[in-house]
Amino acid sequence: MPRVAVVRFPGSNCDFDTLRAVEQYGGEAYFVWHRDTDLNRADIVILPGGFSYGDYLRAGAIARFSPIMQAVQRHAAEGGPLLGVCNGFQILCEAHLLPGALLRNAGLTFVSKPVDVTVEQVDTAFTCDYEPGARLRLPVAHGEGRYIASPDTLRMLEAEGRVVLRYVAATERSPFQPNPNGSTNHIAGICNAAGNIVGIMPHPERAIDRLLGMTGGAGFFTSPISSYEDSSNPRVSTNEAG
Amino acid sequence: MTYRVHVRVMPRTGLLDPQGQAVEHALTALGFEEAGSVRVGRAIELDVDAGSRDEAEARARQMCDKLLANPVTEDYLLKVEDE
Repeated sequence: MPRVAVVRFPGSNCDFDTLRAVEQYGGEAYFVWHRDTDLNRADIVILPGGFSYGDYLRAGAIARFSPIMQAVQRHAAEGGPLLGVCNGFQILCEAHLLPGALLRNAGLTFVSKPVDVTVEQVDTAFTCDYEPGARLRLPVAHGEGRYIASPDTLRMLEAEGRVVLRYVAATERSPFQPNPNGSTNHIAGICNAAGNIVGIMPHPERAIDRLLGMTGGAGFFTSPISSYEDSSNPRVSTNEAG
Repeated sequence: MTYRVHVRVMPRTGLLDPQGQAVEHALTALGFEEAGSVRVGRAIELDVDAGSRDEAEARARQMCDKLLANPVTEDYLLKVEDE
């Protein structure tokens, strides 16, 4: 059973949902506090959603300097699976573990609703249980989810197949629907070149139970857990994507 | 010596600034039709203890690069004053 660390920052609010999702799919989940300096032998690390440090300055900007982040960076550098959801994605961008940035939604309002996304890259630690091109319905809940990056970075992400989730194509009549935030190229999630670091805006931990209406998020938890169970070496191989 | 550092952080030119657009729309609605190209940024002030004005500015620049501004999306301007 893989050990899954869920990192809590002051202001994290999806921490219990994430813990429960990991347990539901057979991981040994536990919390790690942002002031800790050790991940306590984690095989998989998840930065959950929320409003770390009240989103002061910029979302994720202060959390990235939390003491635990050095251990998180070491874990990722060794190839360990690392998922950032929503505020966790923002933290990964601020920490330069993923390229680009997440800005205020184009519509300026906080958006909380289900959206449809396609899984564009299944060669990652957190999406390998999905079929390529699978369409998922997942909830989003964020005020700052408009992904942007330099033109060079965007070209690289697209060329290397590092867009993991994309909001289903917009229609001419409503360019930001169903893209909820105006993100560039309708990007909802990306990964690093090795595929062990994934950041996504939608909340898979809120889509794992028929009672809540959506179950499409399960793969984000089963993928790293089954990969761990399948292999005596829990680390993801570093084959280059694309 | 203590220096007062003023930092102005602005969204990078060319990036969509929905806050600026919303403020511009509101100004237009209030009858200020002469207002245009509105952009909304952030102002930060801080004291910096340093041996010289140049040293204070160099340290403040490091603070901006590391934390106060996001190099992907924002530009900043520094002004250093003697206290």
